[in-house]
Amino acid sequence: MSDRASATYPEEETAPDPREDGDHNTTESSENRPENDHEPTKPRTGADAAIASLDAAGVEHVFGVQGGAIMPVYDALYDAGPAHVTMAHEQSAAHAADAYGQVTGEPGVCMATSGPGATNLITGIADADMDSDPFVALTGQAPTEFVGNDAFQEVDTIGVTRPVTKQNYFASDADTVGSTVSEAVELAGAGRPGPTLVDLPKDVTSAETDSQPEPGKLPDYYEVPDEADDDAVTAAAAAIARAERPLVLSGGGVCKGEASAELRAFANAYELPVVTTMPGIGTFPEDHERCLSWAGMHGTGAANMAISHTDCLVAVGTRFDDRLTGGIDSFAPEAQIVHIDIDPAEMSKNVHADYPLVGDAGSVLEQLQTAMPGAFDAARTDPARYETWAEQCVEWTEEYPMTYSAPDDKPLKPQFVVEAMDEATPADTIVTTGVGQHQMWAAQYWTYREPRCWISSHGLGTMGYGLPAAIGAKTATPDREVVCFEGDGSFLMTLQELSVAVRENLDITVVVLNNEAIGMVRQWQDAFFEKRRMASEYGWMPDFATIADAFGAKGFTLDSYDDVADTLTAAREYNGPAVVDAHIDPEENVFPMVASGGDNSGFALTEEQL
Amino acid sequence: MSRNREAGSDRKGLHGPTPEERPRPSGRRSNQGVRVDPDAEASHDPRRTTISALVKHEPGVLAAVAGLVSRRQFNIASLTVGETTNPETARLTLVVEEPEPGVRQVEKQLQKLVPVISVRELGRDSIRRELVLLKVHGDRPAEVQAVAEMHDGTVLDVGPWTITVEVTCEPTKVDDAIDAFRQFGIRELTRTGSTALARGDEWTTDAEEARYERMTDAGEYPGHTNSETTTRPPTHADD
Repeated sequence: MSDRASATYPEEETAPDPREDGDHNTTESSENRPENDHEPTKPRTGADAAIASLDAAGVEHVFGVQGGAIMPVYDALYDAGPAHVTMAHEQSAAHAADAYGQVTGEPGVCMATSGPGATNLITGIADADMDSDPFVALTGQAPTEFVGNDAFQEVDTIGVTRPVTKQNYFASDADTVGSTVSEAVELAGAGRPGPTLVDLPKDVTSAETDSQPEPGKLPDYYEVPDEADDDAVTAAAAAIARAERPLVLSGGGVCKGEASAELRAFANAYELPVVTTMPGIGTFPEDHERCLSWAGMHGTGAANMAISHTDCLVAVGTRFDDRLTGGIDSFAPEAQIVHIDIDPAEMSKNVHADYPLVGDAGSVLEQLQTAMPGAFDAARTDPARYETWAEQCVEWTEEYPMTYSAPDDKPLKPQFVVEAMDEATPADTIVTTGVGQHQMWAAQYWTYREPRCWISSHGLGTMGYGLPAAIGAKTATPDREVVCFEGDGSFLMTLQELSVAVRENLDITVVVLNNEAIGMVRQWQDAFFEKRRMASEYGWMPDFATIADAFGAKGFTLDSYDDVADTLTAAREYNGPAVVDAHIDPEENVFPMVASGGDNSGFALTEEQL
Repeated sequence: MSRNREAGSDRKGLHGPTPEERPRPSGRRSNQGVRVDPDAEASHDPRRTTISALVKHEPGVLAAVAGLVSRRQFNIASLTVGETTNPETARLTLVVEEPEPGVRQVEKQLQKLVPVISVRELGRDSIRRELVLLKVHGDRPAEVQAVAEMHDGTVLDVGPWTITVEVTCEPTKVDDAIDAFRQFGIRELTRTGSTALARGDEWTTDAEEARYERMTDAGEYPGHTNSETTTRPPTHADD
């Protein structure tokens, strides 16, 4: 937010061109732009105002697809504004923007035309909504006078996106379209982040206006909590000081609130064991002894044992999703719950918060840490009492190891491929994934040490998220290595975006963990549907290496343990998008596993235990 | 390479004590996520209550609220909306039937909608009214008139075949009033749903109180001057 707050708002007719910084990669569209330094001769339009607002908010990239009703906005991009990455499909534009927002912490912006362009965005918008990602969509719309008359490519974008946006706006006036876009960008990142959308009728973006960009303003009554109530903090601190088995649960809100340092300081001050949620991966370093990794359906044994036995759960920035809690009746059943979240509506929504602390994660953790010494004095306790519990948690990590067997003479195990890639890549590598078994292995067997390195689709579970997310992540951070794990089924849903990665010359490595099946569904069918594998096994998959080559990327096929190191190295060293089609053991399943709605402490380690 | 690879084994799944071998926690939670204490079993019965929301007077707000109620499966008995003295705001009145945590969720989820300015649950003493129009058969006009008067109603239209009556009363009494007219044969009826204001000098929503104070201080409130003594309604403190 600081960048945006310090952005200057030009009073001149022309908006500043961010490409003059020269510090981000050149995109196709900017290459195609003519070199003209003279003032544009066409009159300033609503579209120009919208683009100037993006500029003023510090937006450097937008992801989108052209189309009829959005043409005036694209025309404005010809002269000014953020660099544009042309995607193959609008859903991918949304995912790329979403990942861009997750990596940078600033709203990712996507654009699409009316009708099918807007409806294709919806999966990506819903994904951003479920994962509370800062995200802005600009959609074209039929001219105002045709709206409501079933015009060509008209859809009620405002109506169909309302349930999956934080707020959406119908731009009705060229003079206010700029301030509407500014507000949409500001709101997307304010408080609990989320997606906003501005619907832009073609006549509004074409109409003349002399309005200038203004700083994004939130409604004056809109409150963003910062510090929690002092008395509530004192009470929560007292509960922690009285507890014998406190556990920190670090969620995605810790990442979004940039509170990883405060969370680490708090946990380390009292040597508390820490588990994370999946979106919280990396907020506490996974190579730390007291990090029990992530809890929930496919979380580690240690994390699920700890969460089931803690008597005080300090939950930060989490909404207690059912994939984390399992059955509510058996979730952390012995714990008083201290719940820190910026969204008051999350308090006692799924799990009763004994100590609700509404506020910014970092601010509240600092308040709590300040209150702890007094709480220990009052309770006549000290943090040494937690030692036995922390030791017990570490013991659980040894008792429930994540080891896997991988005999040389059997098909390749996916866990091995993930670990090999982790060991080969730098510590700040960004991992993106699709959704399914490969996503779980990438989460389990990669060691994440920092936030914003794990970029995935959590709440919505959108297959095909990985490749467009890698495009967004690489565009945001060209200097960092980006690895995308995909499954064969998931990859098939968005692999057309390879054309974008090639065109933009993005140096990303896609590893397809290919078991020729919708593996997670197949795993559930085996466990809960008497092995009736209906529509989950493909039995045949196209040759992804050849597909990659045809797109102009570099394809590799991986079949044996002996080739893993060399093939991954070759793929990483290839300067451009590379795809490794790793043929893995089709019978391999994801464990541990808590059955849907089950008891976290009863996690299965083998299929027989389900 | 690959730290978790286990050399020489060929098995499925992971090592560790089976679910039967593990220590299992003893507590439980209710389906509302409240820890079930042996001493104090926490379960909540649904209760009917009135929630008032001050919202921005702009297109889409009603759809947003209706969508929220439907998506989150909140149980509402009625929803009314109308303008306020401020042309920029409207008031929504919802009658909700939910257990305690659900009522709080309705309030908080409403407050989370960006065009919603201020939300409050009104107390039991709030002023609540619902209007019902009933069209009954017209063959016993005198009796219809009598029943209408018993319920403080008004006969609005008398024709050869039908009589239309308006009854406005406490929402809880509307059903009784309607029942009283059944003897005449109700051809059609329509109800507005409940609308409400806080009682006395209490404000219905915080945002309106803040606006009132801001405007009276600036001498901008219609019908008021900046003079405290002549304009402020008496408060209990003045008595």
